[in-house]
Amino acid sequence: MPKDGGIGASTLRREDIRFLTGKGRYTADINLRGQAFACFLRSDVAHGRIRSIDTSAAEAMPGVLAVMTGADFTEVGGNPTGWLVQSRDGATMKEPKRPVLAHGKVRHVGDAYALVVAETYAQAKDACEAIVAEIEELPAIVDMAAAVADTTNRVHDECADNVVFDWGWIEENRAAVEAAFDAAPHVTTLELVNNRLSPNAMEPRASIGDFDSGTGDYKLYTTSQNPHLTRLLISAFVMGIPENKLTVIAPDVGGGFGSKIYHYGEEAAVLAASKRLDRPVKWVCDRSEAFLSDAHGRDHVTKIQLATDTEGNFLALRTETLANMGAYLSNFATCTPTFLHGTLMAGPYKTPHVYVNVKAVMTNTVPVDAYRGAGRPEATYSLERVIDKAADELGIDKWEIRRRNFINPDQFPYQTPVGLVYDTGNYHATMDKLRELSDIAGFEARAAESAAKGKLRGFGLSTWIEACGIAPSNLVGVLGCRVGLFDAATIRVNATGNISVLVGAHSHGQGHETVFAQLISEKLGVPAASVEIVHGDTSKIPFGMGTYGSRSLAVCGSAMMKAADKIIDKGKKIAAHMLEAAEGDIEFNDGSFSVAGTDKQKSFAEIAFSAYVPHNYPLETLEPGLEETAFYDPANFTYPAGAYGCEVEVDPETGAVDIVRFTCADDFGNVINPMIVAGQVHGGVAQGIGQALLEGVVYNEDGQLLTGSYMDYAMPRADDLPNIDVDHSCVTPCTHNPLGAKGCGEAGAIGTPPAVVNAVIDALRRGGHGQVTHIDMPLTPSRVWHAIHG
Amino acid sequence: MQLADQRTIDADPATVWAAILDPEVLRVCIPGCESLSGNPDDGYEATVVQKVGPVKARFTGHVTLSDIVPGQGLTISGEGKGGAAGFARGSAKVAMAAAEGGTLLSYDVDMHVGGKLAQLGSRIIDGFSRKMADQFFERFQSAVEGPAEGEEPEAVAVGAEGEAPAKKGWFKRMIVR
Repeated sequence: MPKDGGIGASTLRREDIRFLTGKGRYTADINLRGQAFACFLRSDVAHGRIRSIDTSAAEAMPGVLAVMTGADFTEVGGNPTGWLVQSRDGATMKEPKRPVLAHGKVRHVGDAYALVVAETYAQAKDACEAIVAEIEELPAIVDMAAAVADTTNRVHDECADNVVFDWGWIEENRAAVEAAFDAAPHVTTLELVNNRLSPNAMEPRASIGDFDSGTGDYKLYTTSQNPHLTRLLISAFVMGIPENKLTVIAPDVGGGFGSKIYHYGEEAAVLAASKRLDRPVKWVCDRSEAFLSDAHGRDHVTKIQLATDTEGNFLALRTETLANMGAYLSNFATCTPTFLHGTLMAGPYKTPHVYVNVKAVMTNTVPVDAYRGAGRPEATYSLERVIDKAADELGIDKWEIRRRNFINPDQFPYQTPVGLVYDTGNYHATMDKLRELSDIAGFEARAAESAAKGKLRGFGLSTWIEACGIAPSNLVGVLGCRVGLFDAATIRVNATGNISVLVGAHSHGQGHETVFAQLISEKLGVPAASVEIVHGDTSKIPFGMGTYGSRSLAVCGSAMMKAADKIIDKGKKIAAHMLEAAEGDIEFNDGSFSVAGTDKQKSFAEIAFSAYVPHNYPLETLEPGLEETAFYDPANFTYPAGAYGCEVEVDPETGAVDIVRFTCADDFGNVINPMIVAGQVHGGVAQGIGQALLEGVVYNEDGQLLTGSYMDYAMPRADDLPNIDVDHSCVTPCTHNPLGAKGCGEAGAIGTPPAVVNAVIDALRRGGHGQVTHIDMPLTPSRVWHAIHG
Repeated sequence: MQLADQRTIDADPATVWAAILDPEVLRVCIPGCESLSGNPDDGYEATVVQKVGPVKARFTGHVTLSDIVPGQGLTISGEGKGGAAGFARGSAKVAMAAAEGGTLLSYDVDMHVGGKLAQLGSRIIDGFSRKMADQFFERFQSAVEGPAEGEEPEAVAVGAEGEAPAKKGWFKRMIVR
């Protein structure tokens, strides 16, 4: 029987009532008295020197209140990157400045270099056209290999060869890896591209700056996954507004996928404009602008090599990657291809020697940063593709080669050669579960049916692991992270027993309001309906590092558990006083405090009421009130893992790929709400299929974005997706957080692309096209057809 | 986007050369040209209205003539800013030589677009560029030699006053009395 409301119940999402009835309140829905509208003027060349900007005509346009350019922001600081990465030679990475508005140079198509504020958005937009900018166009740096080779043409002067860092992980292991390769009987080599993606959250970004000249307080309403981090960046680096004078509110946010983690210049610009005009200033991004200004994802070019013995045992692995940073370093850009990528390159395998080299390259393209999975999809894709290729070369079954190399369940905790300690897992179990659910026994019959229709059927397998629950602050500090990655929660028990939980994690589609209420309901024995989750407002919430990296449940959920423990402890003190018993004799079970071995008890509501009506409290030993805050900093990452199976039909006449079956067997540790977990996996798989078959950002050699609308950037639609079978019955609970939870938000986007590509290559091999060993994503009909027909 | 083509014009090279340096010819031949002023030495200021796929814009910009080798060839370059639509920039390297039946005109066109034009129109930009180039040289041809039998190109209306031999283009009529 499913439970009603607590841990393990598929409680329906309470937030869906407002989302599905049009009652959601997004930033664009907020209209403040007297607000003006901002429009940004964006560069239409990829690289150019700003010679002059004449704003006089624009300033004279109807309704125009202010025109600002990069010159107005030379006094404020720049938007920093969150991680300092060391190069192989020990040098600290280059950190080119990222101004609020482009100043001196424009560095990508879409780089904002002026801002018009007017009474209406249309007036602001018209006035943008009246700004006369003389921009001397410079040659665009688009291709990464060319960027590295060209030392004269630079995106940033301080970045001599356009390389931000040249990272070796782990450099000390390099010699041993080389030696293992030299001695290996077989080496499989694969060169591949992890295609650049545009995030396309359903709600485009939007920001409202609201300065109050009466108090000197600033408010920023914005589409953020982590309002506290945005406040921190604006306060500490960009504008110097003290935190106690700046409130950041991220109301309902319609999807982020990483793109709304980061602080963007538009946020600082509307705050500055609001102060200048003493009026609220609102900006809402349109879809074309979003393609040009939201941080993109992926964009790696990788050479991966796997050394094996003749039995397919992995001896060593090495990779060389060029990772595109785009034109500026976004907040997590340097961490994504390094500590979220290189550290996962061992996968679920016991390969003894692994070495990862990543060069981060500046180009005249939109900045690139974490996108659902962030580094881990890139690692998993490279690894699972090269393993399939090795299996084909060695004539070993795809399941068997993986089984042979998995870390065994009795080897945990397992120290990988790339710096992580996996606390627990059972990779054999999830792969066996996948095999069972995929009906492998029936595959040949299905393949024969496909063949009768002239189609080629193939099966693709991938296994995946990721580091979630980001992140242990002491570890990431050593690795160059400039912030701590704990989370925080306050549980405020109100006088009549209902509960407000103020959480640092931000919900922008994940269903926190439902799941977190389930946690508190279970822990404190109160109805979920009496628990309200409050998030997204820095003036209410103690602190928080936001939502990304599948961290909310593992980190913020654990903070909630810690705070709930404090509530129970305080409740016991109150109960001991009320029941005239020793505190040590009070037990808390299922929502009531009782004296052990007696029938004397007080309900949770009675304790709460007493806390706020403390008529007879011994005030020297018992404080009134029932509110507790906890900060939780994880001891380790969590390591969810799983196995994905994809079955495709390829039409050799057209190259079209149809995914006919897709199965996921995941180990997410303990699951709080199975329905929400299934939804998260569905969404991730859809994005993974999008990357594998459809999506890809294309720039031409001038640095012009050619995929700038949904006419040319193909998003997955319902008819591109199969029915997705999701299983998370294999559970090895996380050993170091109170929930035993690992995180599920990114799994689908990580495990899916290699499963799809492996399936297509398998279909071609079975269909007599074994010469095709790789096709770069997206596997469009054209690419598949050309691969088949040479 | 690059393309190359050639066509034979039924006029001697001197006539063709004079036509190509004539601002009025340029104005009539540039598809969508609303206005053009200036001279061959300093270049021309032009306004051109064009629609590329979903993006319609009025481009204002500068047209320059360079690499001028009298009677043999030159490069016509233009760059127009279309405001929010982005920009378009192109050049045509034109060479001419006396040939049987008149003058052989060869041209290499190089065309770039940026901003929203590239963002929304990239799928059709090659076809658009070819159409622009074809139209330009077709109009140039008819301006110089007159329309083929039965055709009534719009160029005829421009500058064609009084009675004129039907087989002569308006430009030819003006210079060949």
